[in-house]
Amino acid sequence: MFNPTESIVTKRMEFADSYTLERFLATGGYEGLKKAISMPREQVQDEVMKASLLGRGGAGFPAGRKWSMLRKAETSYLVINGDESEPATFKDHLLIERDPHQLIEGTLIAAYALGVTQAFIFVRGEFALGIERLTAACNEAYSHGAVGKNIFGSDFSVDLVVHPGAGAYICGEETSLIESLEGKRGFPRIKPPYFPAVMGLYGEPTVVNNVETMSNLPWIILNGGEAFAALGQGSSAGTRLFALSGRVKHPGWYELEMSKTTFRDLIYDKNLGQGITEDKKIKAFIPGGVSAPWFFEEHLDLGLDQDAVAKAGSMLGSGSVVVMDETTCVVRAAWRITRFFYRESCGQCTPCREGSGWLEKILRRIEEGSGRPEDIDLLMDVCDSIAPGVTWPPQQTTICVLGPSIPSSIASAIRRFRDEFSEHIELGHCPFEADHLLVGAHQ
Amino acid sequence: MKSIGDGVFLMTENNKYISEMLKRSAPSAEGGFSEEGLQRAQALIALYPQKRSALIPLCHLAQGEHGWLTEHCIAEIADLLDLSPAEVSGTASFYDMLHLEPVGNYVISVCTNIACMLAGAYELLEGIEESLGIRPGQTTEDMRFTLEEAECLGACDTAPCIQINSRFFGPLDKAAFDKLITELAAGALAGIVPPHGVLSRVERAFSASVHDGKKADRTDADQTLGRK
Repeated sequence: MFNPTESIVTKRMEFADSYTLERFLATGGYEGLKKAISMPREQVQDEVMKASLLGRGGAGFPAGRKWSMLRKAETSYLVINGDESEPATFKDHLLIERDPHQLIEGTLIAAYALGVTQAFIFVRGEFALGIERLTAACNEAYSHGAVGKNIFGSDFSVDLVVHPGAGAYICGEETSLIESLEGKRGFPRIKPPYFPAVMGLYGEPTVVNNVETMSNLPWIILNGGEAFAALGQGSSAGTRLFALSGRVKHPGWYELEMSKTTFRDLIYDKNLGQGITEDKKIKAFIPGGVSAPWFFEEHLDLGLDQDAVAKAGSMLGSGSVVVMDETTCVVRAAWRITRFFYRESCGQCTPCREGSGWLEKILRRIEEGSGRPEDIDLLMDVCDSIAPGVTWPPQQTTICVLGPSIPSSIASAIRRFRDEFSEHIELGHCPFEADHLLVGAHQ
Repeated sequence: MKSIGDGVFLMTENNKYISEMLKRSAPSAEGGFSEEGLQRAQALIALYPQKRSALIPLCHLAQGEHGWLTEHCIAEIADLLDLSPAEVSGTASFYDMLHLEPVGNYVISVCTNIACMLAGAYELLEGIEESLGIRPGQTTEDMRFTLEEAECLGACDTAPCIQINSRFFGPLDKAAFDKLITELAAGALAGIVPPHGVLSRVERAFSASVHDGKKADRTDADQTLGRK
C-alpha cells in the first residue's frame, strides 16, 4: 500500500511560480545554505555522509564517499550533471525547470563542503526553458548575495556558470561531460588515469554530482542527515523522484520514499500510475532507464530499493520506469532501444560502435519480416562480443558503460519472449498492430 | 605578372580546381557575428578558466544569430578561442543540436524513443511528414520547417512529444500538430517559440567575480599527459 510521505525535492512544485526567487524565499529558500556556511566544512560533509545519500544519476554511488575521494589540491572543481538523456528519464528536467534555486542552493552547499570556488551546472541543451530559468535564477542568486564573492557576508566565495550542452547522450557519462565542458567532442576518457576526483576538469580534481543529488542537500542540512536516513530503508535512504511512462494511464513524476513503495504501487495505485492503458495486461517493464535489464509480472512486488532491484538482476538506475503491455511488440521495443544506442555511440570503441549497428540492423530485419531463423542466436552472439557472458552487471569491453548497456534490452526480450522472435521470422511479418496514438487515453 | 597572393597567377587550367577550393574555404563576407554578438561572445569566454570551454556556448550564440553555424561564424569562433576552424567544426559536428548546414525557421524534433513510441510517436511522425511534405532530415523549400527524428527529449509524461525550436509540445496527434503549425504561422506562439537557434532568451548578468585575474596558466589535462 502506498503511503504519501513528505516531499523533499518537489515540495514547491504545487506553485505555478515555483521557479521564482520570491516563491523560493517565501518557502525557506537559501536557509539551508545560510545554515551550512555557519557550520564547519567537515560537519557539512558529515551530515551528508550520515544521510547516506546515494547519487541520483544512475550509478547510485554514495555522494558523501564520492566527496571524500576528492584529491586535495589548490584548485578543484564542482560540476553538476544535468545532461539527463537516459530515455524515459525526466526528473532532472523537472528540477531544473521548476525549482532552479533549490538546485543552485544545493550546489553551493556542496561547493562549501568541498572548498571549491568554481562550480558549473551542465544542462542538456534540449532543456532550453530550463537553461533560461536556471540562468535567470543564477542572476537573481548573484544579486541576492547567495552566489559570488563573500556569500551572505561570509568569507566563502564561489562563481557559478550555467553551461548548455548541445545534444549528445554520451555527455551524461562524467568524463565525457568533462571533455564536453572543455569544449571538445564528448569522448569518454580512460580510467585510470582520468578518475574525475583525481584528474578531472582541466586536469584538476573534480567532483561530478547529479542534479537530484544536489537538490536534496538543502533539506538534509536543515533537517539533519539522520532525518533523511530515517526515510527509506538500509542503503536506500530518503525519497527519490521516479519517472513513470509508457503504457500507463497516468504517466508522470512521483517523489516516493525509497523501499517503502513497490513497482506494483507505482504502476497501479490510484494516486500514482492508475494502471495499464485501456486496462490491458502488463507484459514487461524497465525498472531504471533503457540500460537496465527488463522486469516482468513476477517482479511487481519488489520495493523501489537499490539493493533489492540489483539482487533481482537489474538496476534502479535513473529511476525511470517504462511499462510495456500485451499489445507491445518486444522486437520493436528492443529495436528502438538499440537504435538509440547505435545513434548515440561516440564511436571510440569497436564493440560498441560496430556491435550497436549490427544489432540494430538484425533487429530491424526481424521486425520487418526478413529475419532468418539463425538471427536470434546471432543477436546473442553479437551481444556476447560487446559484454562477454551477457550478464548483469555486464562485463566491460569498452571505455565507458554505454556499450555494455546495449545487450540489456535484447537479452531480456530474447530470454523471455524467444517465441515472439521466432513468430516474426516464421510469419515473415510482425504479428502485432502498429503502436497507435494514445493522445487522450492518458488522465 | 601578378603575385600568388592575388589568386590570379594560379588561374591556369590545371590550377583552376585549387583556386576554386581556395575561394570556397575563405569565409563569406556575410554571416559572421554582429557587434553585439561579439561582445556577448567575449563575456561568455571570460566566464571560463580556459577559453575553449566557451566553444559550445559560442556555437549556440552563432546559431541564435543565423539559425545555423555559418562558415564565417566558425572562423570567428576559432579566432576567438585560438583554435583552427577545423577544430571548431570538428567539435560541433559531434553534437545533434549544432547545425553545419542551413535549417528552416522552425526546427521540429519529433521524439520516437521508447516512451513516445509506445504512445504512438511513429504514427504522429507520419502525420507530421504528411502535413509538412518532408521526411526527417529535410527542410521545406520555403525554408520554414526542418523536420528531425529525435532521441528521448525528456518529457515522457507528455508522450508523444515534439520540440519546436527546443520548446516542448505534447501530447500531440496530427490534428493538434496542424493547429499548432497554424498558430505558429499566425505568430500566436511568438512568446513561447523563439526564432530558430535561440537557446536562451535570458542572458548571464554577472561576470566571474571570484577568479578575476588568476584564471590563466592552469595546468591543462592534455599538457599533463603530453597529449596534443
